Amino acid sequence: MAAPTDTTQITAPRRLRLLGLRRAVSPIREARGFAQVIVYVGAAITLFFILLAIFAPLISPYDFDQYQSGGKRFPQLAGPSSAHWMGTTVQSTDVMSRVIWGAQTELKVVVISLVFAITLGVPLGLLSGYFGGKLDRGLVLIMDALYAFPYLLLAIVIAFLLSNSIGKGVLTAAIAITAAYVPLYFRVVRNQVIALREETYVEAARALGAKPFTIIRKYVFYNVVQNVPPIATLNAADAILLLTALGFLGYGIQPTDAAEWGYDISRAVSDSASGIWWTALFPGVAIVLLVTGLTLVGEGLNETMNPVLRRRRVSRVTFDQEPEPPIVDAVDGT
Amino acid sequence: MAAAAQGTSLKSYLLTRLALVVPMVLILLTFVFLLMRVAPGDPISASLGGHVPQSVIIDIKHRLGFDQPLWRQYIEYLGDIARGNFGRTITDQRPISDIILVNGAATLELTFFAMIVAVVVGVIVGLVAGRFRDTPWDVGGRLFGIVIYAMPVFFIGLMAQLFFGSYLGWLPTSGRASPITQATLVTHTNIYTIDAIIDGNWSALKDVVLHLILPAVTLGLVTAGVFIRLIRVNVIRTLKDDHIEAARARGIAERDVVYRHAFKNALVPVITVVGLSLALLLGGAVLTETTFNWPGIGHELVLYLENRDYNAVQGIVVVFGLVVVFVSLLIDIVNAFIDPRIRY
Repeated sequence: MAAPTDTTQITAPRRLRLLGLRRAVSPIREARGFAQVIVYVGAAITLFFILLAIFAPLISPYDFDQYQSGGKRFPQLAGPSSAHWMGTTVQSTDVMSRVIWGAQTELKVVVISLVFAITLGVPLGLLSGYFGGKLDRGLVLIMDALYAFPYLLLAIVIAFLLSNSIGKGVLTAAIAITAAYVPLYFRVVRNQVIALREETYVEAARALGAKPFTIIRKYVFYNVVQNVPPIATLNAADAILLLTALGFLGYGIQPTDAAEWGYDISRAVSDSASGIWWTALFPGVAIVLLVTGLTLVGEGLNETMNPVLRRRRVSRVTFDQEPEPPIVDAVDGT
Repeated sequence: MAAAAQGTSLKSYLLTRLALVVPMVLILLTFVFLLMRVAPGDPISASLGGHVPQSVIIDIKHRLGFDQPLWRQYIEYLGDIARGNFGRTITDQRPISDIILVNGAATLELTFFAMIVAVVVGVIVGLVAGRFRDTPWDVGGRLFGIVIYAMPVFFIGLMAQLFFGSYLGWLPTSGRASPITQATLVTHTNIYTIDAIIDGNWSALKDVVLHLILPAVTLGLVTAGVFIRLIRVNVIRTLKDDHIEAARARGIAERDVVYRHAFKNALVPVITVVGLSLALLLGGAVLTETTFNWPGIGHELVLYLENRDYNAVQGIVVVFGLVVVFVSLLIDIVNAFIDPRIRY
C-alpha cells in the first residue's frame, strides 16, 4: 500500500486546559445583552463585598464590638454623623464598622458551608446516579424527604441542637446551612448522571473496559461539574439569607465573636418602634446588595448556560478576505 | 414523582403516589426523632435550666419515658403519632394538638393571604416580563424579582413597620387584632377573618384585615420572586412553541395568540410551584411571624426553641413536615388530573 500522499496535518487549536476552566468561563464571554450586563454588575457588587471582607481591619473605622475610643464612650443610638457615618447602636457600637465586619462573617460562613455541601452532595450524587440500585433508591428517598422539608426549619433545628453541645459559632452555623443544601446538589448531580450514563461515549468507554471509577472521573465528572458554578452562586445568595435568618432568630454567630447582619437587625426591632431607622437599614441594605450581587452572577451564568434562555454570539468563522459575519441570535435568531 | 408511576391509568398513578406517602412520612418521623435524640446534650436538663435537683430530673425523665431504651421510645413515639397524639410540651404542659389548632389557624390565615399576594404579583410581573422580553419592562420585572427575592423577610417587614406603622401611622404593625377585637370576637375556627364573617362582625373584620395587610404582603412579596422567574421563562418557552407558530400562521391576531394561547399554557406549571413554594412560605412564615409578633406556629416554635423545649420543637417540626408531605401529595394529584403526560 502506498503511503498517504496528503501529509497536511489537521491541528486542533491547542489551548490551555485548566481543569475545564476555559469551558466554564467561555459562556460568559459568549454571552450578550442583559445576561452579560448582569454577570458583570453582579460580579462587581460581589467583588466589592469580598474586598470589604478581606480588608475589614483596614477599612473599618472601629472594631465590630468597640464602644469607646480613647476612654470616651460613643453615644448611644446616635444618628448618622461625621464621627459615625451610619450612626451607633444601643450598645454604642458603630453601625458602619459592624456592617463592614459583617461582610467577613457572612462570606466566611457561606464559603465553608458551600464547600461542605458540595463535597458531600456531588460525590453522593455521582455514585448514586451511576450505580443506581438499592443505594440509589434509599438515598433518593432520604434526600427527597429532606428536600421537601422547609430548609429554614431544618437549619434552625440543627443549629438549635448543635448550639446545645458545641455552642454557637461559625462552625455550627455552617453545618446547619450545609444540611439544608446537600440534598440540592445531590439531586442535580444525580439526575444529570443518570442522563449521562446512557450517552454513547460513556457506553463506548464501558465497552473498552474502563472501570466504573475511571468512567466517573474522566467522562462523567466534568460534564456534571459544569452545572455546579451557577447553582453554587445562586446557592451562596440563598445561604446568606439563611445565615441572616438564623442570626435574626438568635441561632447564628455568638454576638461577642463576630458581627452578623441578621443579628444586628434583630437588635434593631426594638429601635424601630421609636422611629430609629439606621440600626436596621444599613445591615439590611448590605444583605440585599450582597444577595442581589450573587443572584445576578448566578442568573447570568444560568442564562448563558441554559439552552432555552441562551443567546450567544455566533462563533466567529473567518474566511479569507471576507468580512466577519454580523452578530445575530444563535438560538432564536428568527 | 412521575418516574415512580408504573401504571398507565390515572387510578394506578394515584395509588402509587399515595403509597409513596407512607415511606416519606416514616422517614420524616424517624429523621426528626433521631435528630432530637442522637444530638448531644440532655433535653430534660436543658429545658429545665441548671437549677433543678437531680431527683426531679430523673422523675420527669421517667414520666416522659426518656429513661427507656431508644427503640422502645421510637415505637411509642410512632404509635402516639399514628393515634394523633403529638404529646405535650415540657415547659408549660400544653398539648401540641392545641398549638396546631390555635396557632396553626393563625399561620394558615397568614400563609393563605401571602400566597394570594405572591401569585397575583408573580403572575402579572412574570407575564409582562416574558411577553416583552429584552425590553425595559423585562429588565425592570426581572430586577424587581431578583431584588425582592434578595430581601430578607424580616428586613422588609421591619422597613414596612417603620414606614407604614411608625412614620405614616396607617397600619398596625403587630399581632392579629387589636385588644378590643380580641375581646369581642367569638372564635369558631380560630381563623379570624372567617370568624368575623360568620358572626357578621364587620368592625372586627376590618380590624383583622388591617392587621393582616403588612405581614401577608411582606411574606407574599418575598415569595413572588420565585413565581416571577418561573412564569417569565415559561412564557418565553411557550411563545417559541409550534402551536403558537401555528396560531400565528392561521392569521390569529397577535394579541389573541399571546393572551389566549401562550399565557394559558405558561400558567399551568404555577400549580406545581404553588405547592413547592409552600416549604419556602412556611420557612418565611417563621420569620414573618416573629417580626410581626403574629401568634402562629412559627412564632410558637421560636418561643419554645428559646425555652429549649424538645418535645414542643419535635412536635411542631413534625407538623410542618406532615403539612408539606400532604400538600405535595395534593399538588401531584391535581397535576395528574390536569396534565395527562404525568400519569402515563
